[in-house]
Amino acid sequence: MRYLPHTDAEIDEMLQAVGASSLRDLFATIPENCCTLTHLDLPEPLTEWELDRHMGRLAASMAVSPGYKVFLGAGSYEHHIPAAAAYVLSRGEFVTAYTPYQPEVSQGTLQAIYEYQTLVTRLLGMDVANASMYDGASALAEALLMAVRMTRRKRVAVSAAVHPLYRKVVETYFRPTGYEVIELPIAEDGRTDLAGISGANELAAVAVQSPNFFGCVEDLHSAAAKVHQDEKTLFIAGFTEPLAYGLYKSPGSQGADISCGEGQSFGIPRSYGGPGLGMFAAKQECLRQMPGRLVGKTTDREGRRGFVLTLATREQHIRREKATSNICSNQGLCATAAAVYMAALGGTGIRQLARLNYDKSEYLKKSLVEAGVSIPFSAPTFNEFTADFGQGFDTIWKALLEKKIVAGFPLSRYYPEMAGRYLLCATETQSKEDIDALVKEVSA
Amino acid sequence: MKEIGELVLPEDVRYAEDHEWAKQNGKTIRIGISDYAQDQLGDIVFVELPQTGDVLAKGEEFGTVESVKAVSELYMPLGGKIAAVNAALEDAPEKVNNAPYTDGWMIEVEAEDPGEFDLLMDKEAYLKMLKGSAP
Amino acid sequence: MNETVGTNGLIFNEPLLWEKGVSGRTGFSMPRRDVDNAPVDENLAGKGPDFPDLSEVDLVRHYVRLSQWNFSVDNGMYPLGSCTMKYNPKTNERQAALPGIAGAHPLLPESLSQGMLQLMHELSDDLCRITGLDAVSLQPAAGAHGELTGMLIIYAYHAAKGEKRSKILIPDTAHGTNPASASLCGFASIPLASNEQGMLDPAAVAELMDEDTAGIMVTNPNTLGLFEENITEVAKIVHDKGGLVYCDGANMNALMGVVNMKDSGVDVLHLNLHKTFSTPHGGGGPGAGPVCVTKALEPFLPVPRVTEENGRYAFSWDHPQSVGKLHAFWGNFGILVRAYSYIRSMGGENLKKASQLAVLNANYIKERLKGTYHLPYDRPCMHECVFTDKHQQAHKVSTLDIAKRLMEYGFHPPTVYFPLVVSGALMIEPTETECKADLDRFIEAMKAIDAEAKENPDLLHDAPKIPKVRRLDEVAAARKPCLRD
Repeated sequence: MRYLPHTDAEIDEMLQAVGASSLRDLFATIPENCCTLTHLDLPEPLTEWELDRHMGRLAASMAVSPGYKVFLGAGSYEHHIPAAAAYVLSRGEFVTAYTPYQPEVSQGTLQAIYEYQTLVTRLLGMDVANASMYDGASALAEALLMAVRMTRRKRVAVSAAVHPLYRKVVETYFRPTGYEVIELPIAEDGRTDLAGISGANELAAVAVQSPNFFGCVEDLHSAAAKVHQDEKTLFIAGFTEPLAYGLYKSPGSQGADISCGEGQSFGIPRSYGGPGLGMFAAKQECLRQMPGRLVGKTTDREGRRGFVLTLATREQHIRREKATSNICSNQGLCATAAAVYMAALGGTGIRQLARLNYDKSEYLKKSLVEAGVSIPFSAPTFNEFTADFGQGFDTIWKALLEKKIVAGFPLSRYYPEMAGRYLLCATETQSKEDIDALVKEVSA
Repeated sequence: MKEIGELVLPEDVRYAEDHEWAKQNGKTIRIGISDYAQDQLGDIVFVELPQTGDVLAKGEEFGTVESVKAVSELYMPLGGKIAAVNAALEDAPEKVNNAPYTDGWMIEVEAEDPGEFDLLMDKEAYLKMLKGSAP
Repeated sequence: MNETVGTNGLIFNEPLLWEKGVSGRTGFSMPRRDVDNAPVDENLAGKGPDFPDLSEVDLVRHYVRLSQWNFSVDNGMYPLGSCTMKYNPKTNERQAALPGIAGAHPLLPESLSQGMLQLMHELSDDLCRITGLDAVSLQPAAGAHGELTGMLIIYAYHAAKGEKRSKILIPDTAHGTNPASASLCGFASIPLASNEQGMLDPAAVAELMDEDTAGIMVTNPNTLGLFEENITEVAKIVHDKGGLVYCDGANMNALMGVVNMKDSGVDVLHLNLHKTFSTPHGGGGPGAGPVCVTKALEPFLPVPRVTEENGRYAFSWDHPQSVGKLHAFWGNFGILVRAYSYIRSMGGENLKKASQLAVLNANYIKERLKGTYHLPYDRPCMHECVFTDKHQQAHKVSTLDIAKRLMEYGFHPPTVYFPLVVSGALMIEPTETECKADLDRFIEAMKAIDAEAKENPDLLHDAPKIPKVRRLDEVAAARKPCLRD
């Protein structure tokens, strides 16, 4: 086996050095009653080339572009990834390093994460960002728990227009705590209806997502004002598509106290849903209560600039059961990917690309309206939106799969009352021809 | 770390077993941590203190002090209402290292029961305790 | 040894991204615009973020230079205890990057994602066979996330019986994450001291275990690198009081094909695919922390689960007792692909061999260094061994100094000052992918450092001088945090 370097002669020599008679003898301290595995019953090993064929077969069953036209967003987006970004991300020095506990020999990872933190604060208009969380869903759950800690209140409100799978994760994190999660309804225009929060006293936080699950851009400014009528309540603005902030105002500039969400759009392949990137940023006041790792700038013994993990006393390995979270890693490589991607786009590029995403999806929206499809929500959108194809579209949707078109995501899967409504996404990767072909098929 | 003989232990403060000191300061009692405690903790990077108005009993946690790789709880040497906190520590936690009995004070308390103050150790008793626990 | 392995090649200085951009450059090939501009709501539109503008050349050089400041497994031996820094096979990366995998949308209809569902189903089955346990969830995104899932399962198990237990036993040799994970489920951590051999003491467990205690969190092999020899006895005590045994499987690399975790009494176990199953650490993630359970706990696993019927694979959501969902989608899927690729490449015999060689390597280091460094528990070890700086302290040289000096010899330092039960710990885990010659070089380096500690301790106090930066001021970083530019 090519990963195991020992020759038989070396094994013998080493066994002699440790005073063991055989490899089995090394495990002599393990009691008989747990040693019942004598043979691991697994498929025979594959050569590198057999593995390529096997994996190739598994991968071939997947519906991906360019063979398929996939108009799915719903928390995972198709964007072009520059070859240069993929290249730097494949560098073994980034890929095969551990957490930068020894800063002198980890400055590459540390500076890359410091730059990531900086770019995220600039993107979201916030004061501080951590080195990342697992994904958008756990970032939201952690943000809500942080609000509970900061306010010492026991109830949070989450919009029904937040990604339904994120809300399931929040439920999981909250169940054993006894804290209460209230759901805020959706208004006519597809945005969150915040009218109910004035009645709900003692909220630790109110969380919305923008653009929300239906693609609608929330009016964060008005929402923040409404939430902050109770001074203590924290306003959390989540997202699944950060590219939207290349076009729309940042959550921080609109009054969010915490902004968190999924960063997959930034140079990370969809990879069947993971690994992604939990972006997490907040106002300065939240710093000491923030979960996750932080990289800080400092100097070395000769006064040169350098970076270290810092404020570790918030974390699990020091504060143990009183830690701000049990998280003890970040999605390091994914955060680096996002930083590389943001840097590749630059300020000019992100504005152009965001605008292109918007224009593509507006073109799809306009074409559908012209074809007689109704758009139920009036709020502005970014690169995805809800279309109402009417009940019975299900058969057409399934028939289109045969034609290698995935015509959006059926909202009834998470919102039973929304039968006939589909979430459609068009990014820069869809050409006008692809969009025209979709419109032709769904309106046929 | 300092040898016991090198420690600065003023005569005019009282000491608690958890290494806090307390000193009568007009109507209130001022509290901080001893030279021994700051020396053991090393470079202090953050001090978390209660809010004025909080009422805490003797032995209750009133805050934490952090070094780079450790965090330690601070306990009330006597019960009472927090009358003031040393806000200067927020930006300059090193005052606790540099001047534990003066600029590095932490809180001022309106004592619930003045008798609790009298129960604290004087310098001699504290020094004896330190020598007893020293290896 | 005349020459150390480490040396300083040409290392470039490199500014921060925004110190090098020039407005107007771009590093991105903007897709052709084939649709018109649509009107935008002016109240919502913003100026866009303040990002630097760089060319593709700027970008590539920036990150290549940064990468060269890192020590990684691809550079050399990385014997970081408890982290299992084994070689990360390159074919794993190739498989994860296949367009059918990397490009797959998580919400594709099941009929159009059979291959990946099959992969998840088979990987779950493999992990069951490797651990001896009955069912698996691949959803947790990291070891700590797996621990949280395990705690949620234990919480849900007791809740289903109408019980709300408030405590959990955690040995002093446990990973630091354990108490934090337990407290997220409202369990108070009850510390359990290990005995003088560094083991769990059944009598101590019996004394603390009661009907208000949800179970015990053990790490086996423990963080001293020792197999918990009393594990079955401890498990019986816990089970007799209605509790469950959680095992942190971070150190599973010692035991594949050797120990059946279920037979040893474990009810819930998390694995770290980024340790035992060779997926790369990525400078801190992403990893994956699957959770394996007994049949009795299967109903509580996260949803969705992957099922198979007549060769058709599907997600199943209808598990009313499930703890719920832990990840937005199905977990860190790309990591699962890499682990699957590793297991298929290795097969059963080689996995077992990997564990045997990992244990051989650790024992070899232990035996060859124990005359030079203080070995607090002189017993046969598993995949790692723990020394201390006791002998070197006489020369005012500490574990930290030894670690920093090792860098100059071309080795990543071991884990230092952990486990906490050992003062000045140096925790060494070589893994099976290091060959004898490299182990010998490491051993010689450690011996040379010991000699230097006696003769020229300042060489250690001033180390390291070779890397991009020298020791950094962590106190200043924490006192006045500067977390962004």
